Parts: sequence; structure tokens; C-alpha cells
Amino acid sequence: MSSSDLGNFISRVTDQYSRDPLQLINVLREVQDRYSHVPSEAMPQVAAALGVSLGRVQGVVEYYSFFHTSPRGQYEILLSDSITDHMLGKQPLMDYLCERLGVSVGETRADGRVSVGNASCTGMCDQGPAGLVNGYTVTRLNKERVDEMVELIDAGKPLSEWPAAYFQVEDNIRREDALLGTALEDGAALRAVLDRGEEAVLGEIVRSGLRGLGGAGFKTGIKWSLCRETHSTERYVVCNADEGEPGTFKDRVLLNRDADRVFEGMTLCARVIGAQRGYLYLRSEYRYMLEALETVLQRRRAAELLGENILGVPGFSFDIEIHLGAGAYMCGEESALIESLEGKRGVARVRPPFPVTHGFVNKPTVVNNVETFVCAALIAERGGDWFAAMGTEQSKGTKLLSVSGDCARPGIYEYPFGVTMRQVLADCGADNALAVQVAGAAGHCFPESEFDRRIAYEDVATGGSFMVFNRDRDMLDMARNFAHFFAYESCGFCTPCRVGTSLMKNLMDKVYAGHGTEADLEEMRNLGSVMQETSQCGLGSTAPNAILDTLDKFSDVYQRRLKSTAFEPAFDLDGALEEARQLTGREDSAAHL
Amino acid sequence: MSEQSSVRLDGQGTAAEAVSDEVARSEEASILLDGQKVPFSEGQTIMDAAMAAGTYIPHLCHNPEFKPHGSCRVCTVTVNGRTAAACTMPAQNDQVVETSTEALQTERRRLLQMLFVEGNHVCPACEASGNCQLQAVAYYVGMLSPHYNHFYPQRPVDASHPDFFIDFNRCILCELCVRASRDMDGKDLFAISGRGINSRLVVNSPSGRLGDTDFHTGDKAAHVCPVGAILFKHQGYDKPIGERLYDRQPISEVGDARAAEQGDQSNE
Repeated sequence: MSSSDLGNFISRVTDQYSRDPLQLINVLREVQDRYSHVPSEAMPQVAAALGVSLGRVQGVVEYYSFFHTSPRGQYEILLSDSITDHMLGKQPLMDYLCERLGVSVGETRADGRVSVGNASCTGMCDQGPAGLVNGYTVTRLNKERVDEMVELIDAGKPLSEWPAAYFQVEDNIRREDALLGTALEDGAALRAVLDRGEEAVLGEIVRSGLRGLGGAGFKTGIKWSLCRETHSTERYVVCNADEGEPGTFKDRVLLNRDADRVFEGMTLCARVIGAQRGYLYLRSEYRYMLEALETVLQRRRAAELLGENILGVPGFSFDIEIHLGAGAYMCGEESALIESLEGKRGVARVRPPFPVTHGFVNKPTVVNNVETFVCAALIAERGGDWFAAMGTEQSKGTKLLSVSGDCARPGIYEYPFGVTMRQVLADCGADNALAVQVAGAAGHCFPESEFDRRIAYEDVATGGSFMVFNRDRDMLDMARNFAHFFAYESCGFCTPCRVGTSLMKNLMDKVYAGHGTEADLEEMRNLGSVMQETSQCGLGSTAPNAILDTLDKFSDVYQRRLKSTAFEPAFDLDGALEEARQLTGREDSAAHL
Repeated sequence: MSEQSSVRLDGQGTAAEAVSDEVARSEEASILLDGQKVPFSEGQTIMDAAMAAGTYIPHLCHNPEFKPHGSCRVCTVTVNGRTAAACTMPAQNDQVVETSTEALQTERRRLLQMLFVEGNHVCPACEASGNCQLQAVAYYVGMLSPHYNHFYPQRPVDASHPDFFIDFNRCILCELCVRASRDMDGKDLFAISGRGINSRLVVNSPSGRLGDTDFHTGDKAAHVCPVGAILFKHQGYDKPIGERLYDRQPISEVGDARAAEQGDQSNE
């Protein structure tokens, strides 16, 4: 890489993005793609071209997982570290991959050919172990496939010449209900709003009882109304497709199978609230879908369903841009997502004000989940009563569940709200279930005694993640995996989450290694309570959930690892001698305490 | 993360409440602060109302001269039974606010302990001892030990500037210098980089060193650090330890170190 080459490249890329500071993340992605890292000498140039500070560029580069400050290999292989990938054999596969490639996790091979690392859940829990090769999803990995990949890497074959089967992603739809089973003609929802008027369609959305299906459950009709009522000439529609909650993959399936209906829902929202511009915030792990989604957008523009004067109606103008994330679970939180859309570190904003009044570029913005937009489009055509007839008192309609873990048929299951966990377990072929973790790492853990509880906002709320653990599993593996996940994904803004998640991770490791005592468990409970009560956003306040749940409901997995003493110092005397043992090459008993 | 995780902040009604902020407030609008009726005016936070009424709520990242930030969480109070940061929570009529229950003081103590073990805070060897809000708030909430295991991060000191040291070991990521330099000095000399426990303050110069910036003793950012991270050279220990601000009175009575410093200067 010559400095003039770098300079020319940055100049070209920043021009391509109109030197718009909001495009910082997109610019950095191009640099990362070309140089396998963001060279330190590139940062001042990017900063100057976009008119932002160097600190801002550095802050963004060091925030997102998929930007690196040192070169990665020509091939970068990341394996999904989700607990469900582990249950499908991720760790032995990782060990084998590293052995075959002659590289260790987190490192780049000396010849610069390949690097290997971990990624947070890649959203392929129904077809793992999965991973990313140079950002593109690979599924159903096994030893044979690793052997083949190693050969392709050694031969230097470009990714485009790798077998397509590696990159095959299945929808695995196992149960359809109203959302997946109801057809919607392209443009039908838009014609409905044009025929009946925005007020009437908004009324249907309100009447339907539709609530945010990302999991938070805020009423969509209220959200849209609040945004519509703002005094602004500029409003935005944002679709949250940053599906990062471990064990969730239903938005992946909707975007693959139903992108038209997602975009239709967004366009409908734009008409109702009066927006001209929309963004689909697509998590980087779903980059493999980008081209297909762009094609759908193009087709919709050609069909007058997007762009200027939609369906020939003067002044009905709206277009959608797809914005790729860069590896940060935090960006699933709507205000952090907006920060990221603006080319910043994905840190949650102080709320209030909420995005409906102060969102993207401080303008009124509706942020909804992928599934919510699809439902809205259906409701516009079918009416609110149709939707409200399904589900429970406080949870209308249906819910897509992403079922993974120990079951015969992992995949997407759509049920009317109110379905019991026991029913889901029976349908997916989980006949030996010990526990279900609902709503991902941030969610809650339920033992067999609670399987009759219902999936609904008034009982067990979920964005869709439904992970099954059978009786051969150790629930501490799950809790520890989540503890590591949150320590890695904490944005670092507020004290309880930044420090608490790392303290929790260390305590978990101590217990896991057999050094824990009753005092450590009490410490975890206390830490969990502070995190729940004082964190700035949902990441910190939900991070201890799985640990507190398992401490409560599966206390035996902790107890059987405890030392009998009431207190065990954090300082490990024998461990402290490890360096000396390595230096002297001794492993005999006299070298141990 | 899923939207699920934002239930607490994004739950039903909260956005509606936010919007109802605009509902006209009469002159008599007030909150019930530890049982006392405390008035507030449009746009004030609970912290603003408490400060105006002379009620001390422990805080570190908050400085009334700047837009509320809400990162240290030390000012966590209960509002109608639910916890919230006083510095960012808008005051609303008839809110019942409790600032110093035993549960809250315990939570604050734990937050303080987290800050102490996250960095390298050696009070007896620190020039800011006695003038440090971290230390003073720790005393105030009755923190007797750091309790948690220390992280002992490696953070080199930047002494490249002729008039300042930056001792990153003591930085608590309150972003006051970031905000002051960006919003008041118009220089934008500081930023936060990294993520999670690896978050860190960085200096906005190609070398990353403060000496290569135009940071100046007259900058607002030079006078806002609540701890001993940004220190003036050439004037260490002007006032002996034992005679300093918080050596004589608790922070609940004398308030923020930097505000007190400015008060001293204007009195002189």
C-alpha cells in the first residue's frame, strides 16, 4: 500500500459518499475492505475529507467489531460464538480450524494469508455452526467443510470461486400463520392508504393493537401518531434490521422472503407520518443479502412503488437507503442505531426526548422492527379487526419465533400470541427439554415447571429468540457464554454496564473454574441488581438476567462447582507461578503450591 | 440487541409522557423531593430542581454548565418508585423522588467501587486528593474499600504538554473535558474511543499527544475534570493535603470542586 494509493482511494471513496460526515461508517467500511484494516494514516485523511475530528474517526474505528487497526489476513474467518453454535460443536471445530491453518484465535498468520476470530451470534442458529468469511455468511460447518476451506485458502482461491453450498442459507419456515401465510400484492397497502387516507389507515393500525415486534412492545399506532403530530417538515422512517439478539433470526427470513412487504410497510409508514426518506439498518452479518435487497428496491422504484410520485400520486415521494452496520449488538437499541446511522459510535442517547420527536439528524423518526413493518402493511390492507382477532388481550396478532438449540426441527415458527412454551417445544421436536431461554441473552430462562407460560407481552415477552436446552446441557455454559457476550458488547458509556459486565464475566469464570464460593454468588446477585437498577439503557439492565435466573432456578450448576470455604481470594497463588513454570520449563509437583 | 432490552425506557406510555412535557406547567409545578415540596420550572431536570433547592444529589459526570450526560449513574434516584438518573430525568409535576434511601446509597457505593477498580486510583499519591470529587463522593456514600478486584489497566501518562499532565489512570470517562473542549472552547481536543471496559479518553491530534494540540490554560476543558486526570504542571501541592476543599467539609456541603475553585478565584 503506497501512501499515494491510499490517498487516492480515500479521496475517491469520500467523493462517492459526497464527503458527507453521516457516511463515516460507510467510508470506513470501504477502507477496511480494501486494506483489511483501517490504517492509522488513513484516519486523518478520512477525517479531513469528511470534515470531522480525528478523534471521532478513531472512536468509530475502535468501537465497531468489524473495523480493525491492524491488518487481517487475506481471508478472515470468524466463527459465531453464540451458545447455540457452541451446542452444535463450534469449539472443537474452531480448534480443528486453527490447527489446520496453523493460526490461533484472534491472530493473523505470519504469511498474511488468513486470520481467525470469533463473532457474536451471526443469526444462523438454525443452521450452525456458522461463521463469516470476509463478511459473507457460511453455514453448517463441519470438519469436511473445514478441510475443503483450508485447501481453498492455501490455493488462494477467491471467495467467488468457492462452492455456493457453503453460503447457502435456508429459511427453515416450520409453521406459518397470518403473517407468513397471508399474501399481499405489491402496492396493495399503499393503494389502501391512498384510497382511504392516512387518518383512516392510522386508525386501523391503532385498532389492530399492533405492538413493536422487536420485543419492546410499544404500540405502533401511538408511535406513528406521535411522529405524525410533530411540527416538522422533515421526518424519517427507519427499519431496525440489526437483529443481534443471540438466537434471533426471523428478520433474516423476512428480509430474504418478504423484502417487498418490509419495504411496503416502510413506505406506508412514510405516507402516514409524512416522511420522504427511509433507512434499512441492516446488521453487517446479513451483508450477504445486500445485493438482493438492493435489487428489490430497484424493482420497486421501476414499479412506481418507491421514488418520486409513488403510484403516480404527485408529492408522494419516498425512497429507502440500506445502511450496513459494522458489528455492534448495541445498535439494536433504537437511539444507538440512530447514532450509528449518523456515522457515530453506537451509544444510546439520553431519553427523553425519544426518536419520535428527536431521531435521525434530530428530526422526528419512527424506528420499527422488520416484522412490525410487515404487519403494518398487512393491517393496512386487511384492517385492524382482522389482526386484533388473533392473539391475546394485550398481545394482538402473531409472533415469529426463531427456534434453535436442542430440537429436531429448528427454524421459524409463527403462532398467534398466547402460545405456551410447551406447545412450541412439542412442535419443534424438543422432547427432552430442561430449559428454554426466551428473548435471547437479554431474556429469561424457564425450567420445565414454567413451560405452560405463554408467549405474550403480558407473560413472557420476546423479540423472537427461543433457545432450547436439553437435559444433557449444563446451564452454566449458557450463563457464562452470555456473561462474556455482554462484557464484549457493552458500549462502555455508563459505569454499571461498562464495569459491571466485566466484573460479572470475571466472577463467572472464577466459578466456572471451580474457584468460586458462596460469597461470589452473592456478589453476582448484588452486581446484577446494581446493573438492573442503574444502567443507562436496556443492554446493561438486561445483561445480568440470565445469570440471576440461573442462580435462582438452576442453582445446582453453581453449587456443584463451589469450593467449600466461605471465601476464596481472587488472587490465585498457584496461578501466579505459571509464568515462572513456563520460563523454567518445570511442571513437577514442587513447582506447584 | 433486541428492542426487548429497551423495555424499561421504551415501555408503554413513556414516549407519551415525554410528549406531555409540553403540557403547560403552572408556576406552582413541583416535585416531592425526599418529602419536601420543591418547585421547578419548564425544562428542568430533577437534578436542576434539587440543586436550586439546595438538596445535594451525589454526581460525577454532571456539571450544571453542560448539557446533562448521564454516564456515571451516581445520581440515580427513585422516581415514583423506579430508578432514574436525576441529571437527565425531566422534572414532572407531583413526581415522588427519593434521593438517599439505604438502597440507593448502597448502589452508589457499588458504582463508586466500580470506578475505583476500573482505573488506577491511588488517593494518597494523587495531587488531586482532597479536591477530587470521586474521592469526596466515595467518602459521602461511605465507601470504605474498593471491594471488587482491581483491573489494573496499563495507561501511560501523557506529559507532553508544557502546562498539563493527563493521567489517564484516573479518568472516569465523564466526558466533561470532551464536552467542554467541543462545546465551549470550539477545539474538540478530546474524544472517547474503544468499547466496553476498553473505552478510553483519547487526545485529538495525529500523534495522540496533548503536547501536539493547542490546549491552553485558558480553555474551559482545563478546568472541568472532577478527578485528577487533567492536572496543571508547575503548581502541585500549592495547598497542603489536609487543608483542601473536601478535607474540611463533605461534598454535600461545599459542592463540586471546580465550581468551588471558580468561587475561590472570584473571591481573591
